[in-house]
Amino acid sequence: MSASANAFAGIDPYKVGHGASPASHHAATGHGEGGPASKRVIVGYGFWIFLLSDIVMFSCFFAAHAVLQTATAGGPSGRELFDPGRIAIETACLLLSSFTAGMSAVATQMRKQGWMQLSLLATGILGLAFLLLEGADFASMISHGAGPDRSAFLSSFFALVGCHGLHVSAGLLWLGTMMAQVFTKGFRPNILRRLLCFNLFWHTLDIIWVALFTMVYLIGEGR
Amino acid sequence: MFGKLSWNAIPWDQPIPLTAGATVLFLFIAVIVWVAAKGYVPYLWREWITSVDHKRIGVMYTALGLVMMLRGFIDAVMMRSQQALAFHAPGYLPPEHYDQVFTAHGTIMIFFAAMPLIIGLMNFVVPLQLGVRDVAFPTLNSTSFWLTATGALLVNISLVVGEFARTGWVAYPPLSELRYSPGVGVDYYLWSLLISGVGTLMTGINFVTTILKIRAPGMSYTRMPMFTWTALAANLLIVAAFPVLTATLAMLALDRYLGFHFFTNTAGGNMMMFINLIWAWGHPEVYILVLPAFGIFSEVFSTFSSKPLFGYRSMVMATMAICLISFTVWLHHFFTMGAGADVNAVFGIATSLIAVATGVKVFNWIFTMYGGTVRFATPMLWSLGFIVTFVLGGMTGVLLAVPPADFQLHNSLFLVAHFHNVIIGGVVFGVFAGISYWFPKAFGFRLHEGWGKAVFWLSLAGFYIVFMPLYVAGLLGMTRRLQHYDVAMWRPWMLIAAFGTLVMAASAACQVIQLVVSIRRREQLRDTTGDPWDGRSLEWATSSPPPSFNFAVLPQVSGAEPYWEIKRRAIEAQQLSAEPHYESIELPRNSPTGFITAFFATLTGFALIWHIWWLMAAGLAAAYAVFVWFAWREVHEKLIPAAVVARLDRERRRARAEWLAQHAAGEPA
Repeated sequence: MSASANAFAGIDPYKVGHGASPASHHAATGHGEGGPASKRVIVGYGFWIFLLSDIVMFSCFFAAHAVLQTATAGGPSGRELFDPGRIAIETACLLLSSFTAGMSAVATQMRKQGWMQLSLLATGILGLAFLLLEGADFASMISHGAGPDRSAFLSSFFALVGCHGLHVSAGLLWLGTMMAQVFTKGFRPNILRRLLCFNLFWHTLDIIWVALFTMVYLIGEGR
Repeated sequence: MFGKLSWNAIPWDQPIPLTAGATVLFLFIAVIVWVAAKGYVPYLWREWITSVDHKRIGVMYTALGLVMMLRGFIDAVMMRSQQALAFHAPGYLPPEHYDQVFTAHGTIMIFFAAMPLIIGLMNFVVPLQLGVRDVAFPTLNSTSFWLTATGALLVNISLVVGEFARTGWVAYPPLSELRYSPGVGVDYYLWSLLISGVGTLMTGINFVTTILKIRAPGMSYTRMPMFTWTALAANLLIVAAFPVLTATLAMLALDRYLGFHFFTNTAGGNMMMFINLIWAWGHPEVYILVLPAFGIFSEVFSTFSSKPLFGYRSMVMATMAICLISFTVWLHHFFTMGAGADVNAVFGIATSLIAVATGVKVFNWIFTMYGGTVRFATPMLWSLGFIVTFVLGGMTGVLLAVPPADFQLHNSLFLVAHFHNVIIGGVVFGVFAGISYWFPKAFGFRLHEGWGKAVFWLSLAGFYIVFMPLYVAGLLGMTRRLQHYDVAMWRPWMLIAAFGTLVMAASAACQVIQLVVSIRRREQLRDTTGDPWDGRSLEWATSSPPPSFNFAVLPQVSGAEPYWEIKRRAIEAQQLSAEPHYESIELPRNSPTGFITAFFATLTGFALIWHIWWLMAAGLAAAYAVFVWFAWREVHEKLIPAAVVARLDRERRRARAEWLAQHAAGEPA
């Protein structure tokens, strides 16, 4: 406790547990006693919290799917519906797009706009390919009478996979907007922060797909 | 062209909603015309609607909450009077209307009264207590508010255009499925909650980031005021719980709109999954509301006892313990599901554990008063009323947490009495304590004490007269949500409860009178020093109302009660600290983004409710356009010159110096 605080100990005798010794505190901004963090940290941190909340939302759809996976109501099961070859291609597209998104971050670090735009374009094309494959998948399932209204299992399947697909679509819209923004405005600090958030978002979709691949397709194939 | 919407959507044949709707519409238009005629529109647009200042947003949230609380209260009066009349009689509310009234009452009170009031107080107070200039994402904050307002608007539109849900406020399937609720009522419920839920989630993200990353230099975690700690706990709960609500309601929406089978009783749907999911959100929601109220009481007890909070660390521990345990008790809302004795026992014990942490808090509050110089101002009265009332509600809660007892009491008026006991005794009393405590900080003058005390005593009496009879009626076997009944034993209790609503109505009237009287006598009630209650935390270190930048210079914190230390230092030295070096301050620029987003969200929500697909597409496209437009904005900040900062802060210092001189003359150190 500092000398000035000690001076008031007599006035304020119940200080038990108020404020620790300063030696144990971090001095960096955004930690302990360091004062407000930088804008870059605040934006990144807030976006992480959003991603966590998004993962909580996905976890509900995962939980619903786990509950309803066997509720096929006499309709087709995962084993009859899923085409492992096509799923493998979809997965490859998405994983590769994460790699190219990472390359765009490297190019951004080096402030090379050409490479950055090229990597983002590749990311977008791979993402679009993934979406088209998934859309074709959905369309063929629905046309074979295995739409979301067939059984609770299919409802939870379409909702979970579709929710991921919606996120990818939103990501593509964001990606296009970011490409235009970097093109017109260059690497300004606020745009660099947005690129950081976009990268975090895109990688999160990849992580969710890995869980989805395991829970929906691998386990579904076994049923 | 207009989907399911037609002239028949307006209930021409039902006089009650039609009159109510017409009155609301008339008042709404009258206010708009008055504002426009007085030439206030530019001022409102510039200073409030487009404001990204956390203090303004906090005030708007609180105002929204109070208005919606009045609406919810009118629903409550209708229910109580219906049950008073409907003994061997149909009463005056037909069943389909009565069902809408109790659904709207619950939905409005939780989502559009309690939540905006709590979030409003957090908005106003937390950045000030942290000693900083704003929240992490100010424009997002404004968007959160306007999306909440969208939800409230949609609920109120349902009064005249179409109908509201008849399912109860948690909309259990299969009743809420299309097959059993074919009208638009449940759709109003779904979209108003989904849209406002997005706003609440963004608030959670905003405040977690603010509290964890933006604090004045020196403010470590164990120096944060207790209200800020409870706000952190509540916002962590929002971030973890509201996505669950979004997912659950989205599933129900998919069932209703696209023929999915999540919760239907055909094709393998599982309705108990809805009930698990909704309470996995619903129980943490209770603590999202009550933890900040606990924080308010902590501030009030400490300030009005002129003592530091007793057991600060145990209070933090208890808060965070409740934060965690609140996620492990959801099943106690449906012990009768049939999960078996073992599962019920686990959830029963977890529920009782929360009572332990809450007990720690109650003792800390009592010991804070012990040995202190207690001043019985209005906020303190609310807090004392809270302790007695809340302990009673907690006791009946522990009783309900015992599964065998719950099997007898569930779905009865005993349960209704219990949760009103904790929500009114905890959240509502807390919010009124907070409003009377921080009102002078927000507006620069105190609320009238006499009328404030009248509000308190009438509310306290009204609460007991309404809800104690409901406990008895519940024990006599009366189930909740009855439109009529023919058990003579219940009748007297219903009549007493109905009388209680009159007392509550008197307290609401006093509330309005208090506000009017306080505004008219604002010069006598003026707070010139910025510290009307002899406060201890940093919100009192700035003037009332605070300047847009809150603090001319970020305060340096060296203990858990920074402002108390600043004051003591000034009294010992007989002078204020040396004038700081003023620099110009950058603040975020105002932005209409939130308002425009909410405008299109309202259109989209309305279109979804009535199946007007082109309008929905247009609304979404416009929302994206607003997003891009905002992203392209060039200037994000405005600069407040050092000279202005210096002028405003010197005024504050002059007032403080006067206070110091008076203090020295009246009370030798």
